[in-house]
Amino acid sequence: MPAESLFSVRNLTVEYNTRAGVVKAADDVSFDIRREEILGLVGESGCGKSTLGKALMRLHRTPARIAGGELIFDGRDLMQLSEEGMCAVRGAEIGMVFQDPMTSLNPVQRIVEHLVETIQTHEPGTTKEAASVRAAEIAEKLGIRSERLKEYPHQMSGGMRQRVMISLALALRAKLVIADEPTTSLDVIVEAKFLDLLRELRQEFGLTILLITHNIGVVAEVADRVAVMYAARIVEIGDVRDIFASPKHPYTQGLLRSVPNIQLDDASLYKMEGMPPNLLYPPVGCRFHTRCPFAMDICRDKSPEFESVNGDHFAACWLYHPTAVKAETKNG
Amino acid sequence: MLLYVFIRGSMGLRRYILTRIGLTLPMIFILASLVFFIMRVLPGDPVRSALGPRGTAEQVEHMRQTLGLDKPLIVQYGIFLKDIITLNFGNSMVGGHRPIIDEMSERFPATIELIVPASALALSIGIIGGAVAASKRKAVADYSLRVYSVVIYSLPIFWFGLMLQLLFGIQLNLLPVAGRIDPIVRTTLHPVTNLYVIDSLISGNWPALWSAIQHLVLPTVTLGLILSGVFVRMTRINVIETLQADYIAAARARGIRERVVVYGHALKNAMIPVITLIGLQVAILLAGAVLTETIFNWPGMGGYLVQRISTRDYTAVQSVIAMFALLVALISLAVDMIYSLLDPRVRY
Repeated sequence: MPAESLFSVRNLTVEYNTRAGVVKAADDVSFDIRREEILGLVGESGCGKSTLGKALMRLHRTPARIAGGELIFDGRDLMQLSEEGMCAVRGAEIGMVFQDPMTSLNPVQRIVEHLVETIQTHEPGTTKEAASVRAAEIAEKLGIRSERLKEYPHQMSGGMRQRVMISLALALRAKLVIADEPTTSLDVIVEAKFLDLLRELRQEFGLTILLITHNIGVVAEVADRVAVMYAARIVEIGDVRDIFASPKHPYTQGLLRSVPNIQLDDASLYKMEGMPPNLLYPPVGCRFHTRCPFAMDICRDKSPEFESVNGDHFAACWLYHPTAVKAETKNG
Repeated sequence: MLLYVFIRGSMGLRRYILTRIGLTLPMIFILASLVFFIMRVLPGDPVRSALGPRGTAEQVEHMRQTLGLDKPLIVQYGIFLKDIITLNFGNSMVGGHRPIIDEMSERFPATIELIVPASALALSIGIIGGAVAASKRKAVADYSLRVYSVVIYSLPIFWFGLMLQLLFGIQLNLLPVAGRIDPIVRTTLHPVTNLYVIDSLISGNWPALWSAIQHLVLPTVTLGLILSGVFVRMTRINVIETLQADYIAAARARGIRERVVVYGHALKNAMIPVITLIGLQVAILLAGAVLTETIFNWPGMGGYLVQRISTRDYTAVQSVIAMFALLVALISLAVDMIYSLLDPRVRY
């Protein structure tokens, strides 16, 4: 697999200006999405993963704003583009699939009108007929029969609508699809089919996918790499097998040990102490130190940088700092 | 339009339209009957108001006989029902005893000619203003439009009409303040529909058209502006709500420009509840028309109704109310049809 970066996020900070104060939903976040990979972004509710996903397309709405950082997509910084220029990128080069397929389609538009409108927005010269033909082709590839394109969204099932959402992203051959909890509202069978579809599409179209989810199982199933987010920061990133086999960050370790496993009995299920921090007043130093079983003095003082723990596998934790004593970490 | 929907629509839709029409008829019957009895319970009668206090007993008795008021109430009610069913409405009880149907054929088009452009004005201001306010939420445009809608909604219509007359009619001397058309021009116009704008267009009578439009401006603006306030607010709040929807975020994520997102996607969805409101506003529109017609001396149904209530012209009042009821029923049916065209989820 080529390791070249398609989307490099550098020092991205997204703030919400609330009445109580400024909340940083993404705080100095840097990572790469590599060409033709499926990158899973996992984290618990409220850790900032959805805000991050929207900010990558500059789709955040007030009161959220990007306070700083670079979004280098395919060689250019999206932060430098005008709103008009951003519109040309959205839908054509980066597509987005939302959590709830039931509400993500305009109820008064036919499916085919969604596709035609998207194609005509980005290629103004296309006739309606030509756009319809292309819409039918793309729908066919996703297993949507062409006669169903005449239907309205409410006539379709959830799984079908999620296929429509993907077809909208692929109508203009987007290079990157950001999928924000795409399977959360689907049942497990439809979810499995949908994940298969994602894998096929990656093969067929050379698609790059950022899969945002709180479901570690989904990530384990389809992702090539995983980024783990905690309290507005990415704490660990690496190959999916590496991370599942030997998680390094204490948060990831706790997270993986707290997933129920039918082969183990309930007693061994790990319970992480405490609550995620209030992002209005994030803890000084490492954000996880309040809940970390290995917290040291330095963790309460200074924020850890990413350290390579095993080649391509990075963790932001003082335990892996070159000067740290390599001893007491035990994996879950 | 109703016919179009009826022919193109599904079986269910046709059955629905027929049911609605079937329900409208008894409604009009009940309303007309109520008016029939209430008019007779009210103090005063057409004979007294026509003859005045000096009418002799013989004159009163004679007039009661000619108007059929000496007959038992139940017989009068029977005659009234017959008149309604045969749609001839009977004769007026005062003045020249003209057939009501003739009087209404002059008056009814005048009211239509007033309320159609007034509603169009109110809707255009409401929809455009509401959408602008919603898309510029919490900006100057939004605050101004909100102040506008509250102020305009709370203005008394007769005061507002008088002020417009004073400003544009008297001070600036730009527009006529009373009537439908210049009386001299009127003599050159051959009535077909009694909608003067249409009539003058058909016959190519441009001076008449110009005069009719000039006379229309102030009453239309008065009624239209007063009604627009509610529509601005309703549209604004519905567009704001729609703009929060997931499919709006999804449309933005497909690179569709903000203008298209607001005025195409959001507005069309937001219109669905607003259309319902329009149906409910028809009654208020007619009440407003009565006042507007009185201010501008507009020879429509409203002025006619007010005048005939004061002379206790039983047949005229009953007929006007029945016509109003029919109008309200027809418009709300039309609104339902538009609703089913706008929203594919609604199928009857």
